[in-house]
Amino acid sequence: MKLRHLGLVAGGLGIALLIALFSPFASSHPDGLERVAEDKGFSGLADSPPYELINNYVFPWVGNEDLATVLSGIVGVLIVAAVVFGVVFLLTRAGGAQRSTPRGGGSS
Amino acid sequence: MALIDPSALQSIEAPAMHIPDGFLSAPVAAAGFVLTAVAVTVAVRRTNRTLGERSAPLMGVMAAFIFAAQMMNFPVAGGTSGHLLGGALAAILLGPWAAIIIMTTVVGVQALVFQDGGLAALGANVFNMGVITALLGYAVYAPTSRLANGRPWLRQAGAFAAAWLTVQASAALTAFELAVSDTSPLTVVLPSMMGVHALIGIGEGLITVAALSLVGATRRDLLPTQVAATEE
Repeated sequence: MKLRHLGLVAGGLGIALLIALFSPFASSHPDGLERVAEDKGFSGLADSPPYELINNYVFPWVGNEDLATVLSGIVGVLIVAAVVFGVVFLLTRAGGAQRSTPRGGGSS
Repeated sequence: MALIDPSALQSIEAPAMHIPDGFLSAPVAAAGFVLTAVAVTVAVRRTNRTLGERSAPLMGVMAAFIFAAQMMNFPVAGGTSGHLLGGALAAILLGPWAAIIIMTTVVGVQALVFQDGGLAALGANVFNMGVITALLGYAVYAPTSRLANGRPWLRQAGAFAAAWLTVQASAALTAFELAVSDTSPLTVVLPSMMGVHALIGIGEGLITVAALSLVGATRRDLLPTQVAATEE
């Protein structure tokens, strides 16, 4: 990975993690769909999830709820970034394997 | 029957909510998976050919930003909040197919790890928030940015409009799915979903324009003119 890319990853992940740090300040009001579900009386239809990992962005076993939210944000940012890095890495390798030359115009 | 469901009053605990299980009928949920599978398949095929060396870092960073930004619910009128979807932003910067892969990952992780959005509703949630937003956002932004021809304010207006429209489309789709599932009549759920999300869409537009400006100020080489030129 080139240095420019390293800077991009560090800067971009830094911004995402910074936002995660501020996540306790997010509005705790119900969001659009939730508001409509409550107002129109169908929010009770929601099933509880079959299992819970980091349910509702509150990291388990952490007493302080703000800290639990920040931790869940950090974990989520890292998981999502890692999954996309992995998927795209596999895709580019697969794509590269199909191409005979790196910039071959003839491959379809 | 009852206008106020008692369980509705205790459900304030969830600050962010994608469609949970129980809101969609089995056929609607299944249709969501089918449509999403088709979209992701096309996206993988298309990106397979266009992904470059810098795609992995760019897409990973974009996904991380969208995940974090989706946690930052911002208040809108009437004790309601909204959050970024991000499909339009990702599509503007990276093209619609890369955006679909990014959004599928974000919404998938939210459901599987954070219990935000039901497992059976996952297909519908990805389609509503990731597929439609990416395709529509790009379809609105690409021609306006071409028309803008270097005038930044017009490009920004195009990005704002694209972002706002994707939230409306996502809300309308969700309303249709809820109506077809017999969860709420269309005449009730469609206007209220569109109304609330007309406000939330303003937030989406502002964040999208701000993020694009930040990229333009710090890494001009990543701006969509180059992306669009090399893509098609």
